Amino acid sequence: MAKIHVSTTINGDAVEFLCEPEETLLDVLRDGLGLTGSKEGCSSGDCGACSVLLDGRLVCACLVMGAELGGCEVETIEAMAHGDVLHPLQSKFIEHAALQCGVCTPGILVAAKALLDKNPDPSETEVRYWLAGNLCRCTGYDKIVRAVLDAAADMRGS
Amino acid sequence: MNDMRYEAPDTIDGAVALLAGGRGEVRALAGGTDLLVQLRAEMIAPELVVDLKRIPELRSIAAEDGGFRVGAAVSGAELGEHPGVKALWPGVVEAVELIGSTQIQGRASLGGNLCNASPAADSVPAMIAARAVARVAGPAGTREVPVEEIAIGPGKTSLAKGEIVVSVLLPARPARSGDAYLRFIPRTEMDIAVVGAGVSLTLDESGVCSAARVALGAVAALAMLVPEAAAALVGTTLDEAALERLAAAASGACRPIDDKRGTKEYRIKVAGVLARRAALIAAERAGRS
Repeated sequence: MAKIHVSTTINGDAVEFLCEPEETLLDVLRDGLGLTGSKEGCSSGDCGACSVLLDGRLVCACLVMGAELGGCEVETIEAMAHGDVLHPLQSKFIEHAALQCGVCTPGILVAAKALLDKNPDPSETEVRYWLAGNLCRCTGYDKIVRAVLDAAADMRGS
Repeated sequence: MNDMRYEAPDTIDGAVALLAGGRGEVRALAGGTDLLVQLRAEMIAPELVVDLKRIPELRSIAAEDGGFRVGAAVSGAELGEHPGVKALWPGVVEAVELIGSTQIQGRASLGGNLCNASPAADSVPAMIAARAVARVAGPAGTREVPVEEIAIGPGKTSLAKGEIVVSVLLPARPARSGDAYLRFIPRTEMDIAVVGAGVSLTLDESGVCSAARVALGAVAALAMLVPEAAAALVGTTLDEAALERLAAAASGACRPIDDKRGTKEYRIKVAGVLARRAALIAAERAGRS
């Protein structure tokens, strides 16, 4: 079976890759392109650890076929910090100790950034509903919610 | 490695030709939130997957005869951001928005939810209540099918080989109309319906219900219209006695299974409660004072 040739844009860079029809966007990112920030948790769209933006929409990379990406724009956790300068959400996650093992963290950061880009002043309830598809087995979520709300407040102030 | 092929045609005719011409199992791909899970779990092993998202008719929302034609592959997020659809059919939009997480909303579609044919699909009772009609394209041409006739059993549809749902028409509605969808799950988000209830109704100038449709999900092998529940509302002001009859009719129509989400008895009871609450929300949206 011939591999499928795909031309796409990932984190602003034009990227070409070959993939099998059954490979997901997550497989392509992690195994093909070495972008291992997106994590594999459940591979069934339940946990959100592989959250990325696809044409500006928050999606689970495990539920997108690599072959679908022709002409699309993908943004991953790798695009969040600018060099050594962390995004305010990343800084606040450290400040609030909003992570322990860290496997869910990239997905939660990508999802939280998508929320704040859409709604700079979310309520706690809005944050909790928006992040309902991102599972964390360490923190109990409260520190994550505090960190997102604090980052949103900072970003509105700056 | 299996020998699955992936194709992404940009016309309806192209998709129909590919699906009709596939030698083995073929699958249409919209948002993929069910299909990719089924592939991963090896529940299906198609020879061909046809991605429908490059076909403009499946990706657009267009006003039509006072209603809206929603492309089958339009995502829940896109539908939820459409002020026109939300104003005309808030119950349908709220049902779609209950499907999965924010991430799932970015991909999951009305057409996919319909054709996955789960008895617990959230959008389906709301669409049935709304008298929505699916446009089906296939090798023999195009036909218009009431949404309640698409699923014929859990995971099974009435679509013939090569047929796809292109779009769903959410029709125009009379003045003083409203719809609502409620589902019960044991938590607040991210679960599959134990019971779902969709109600669409119209009030006359004196506040008497002149027309109603009630549909239930997750309480039988198919999402279903319950005409006797709707009949309990028509001619009433949704007074207590009418709501009691509605709840009894809704509960009486249930043929549920026991599973980890709920027992038969529980589903039967909850169906009546949800139908009643959804009717009151629909009436409020219809302008009931």
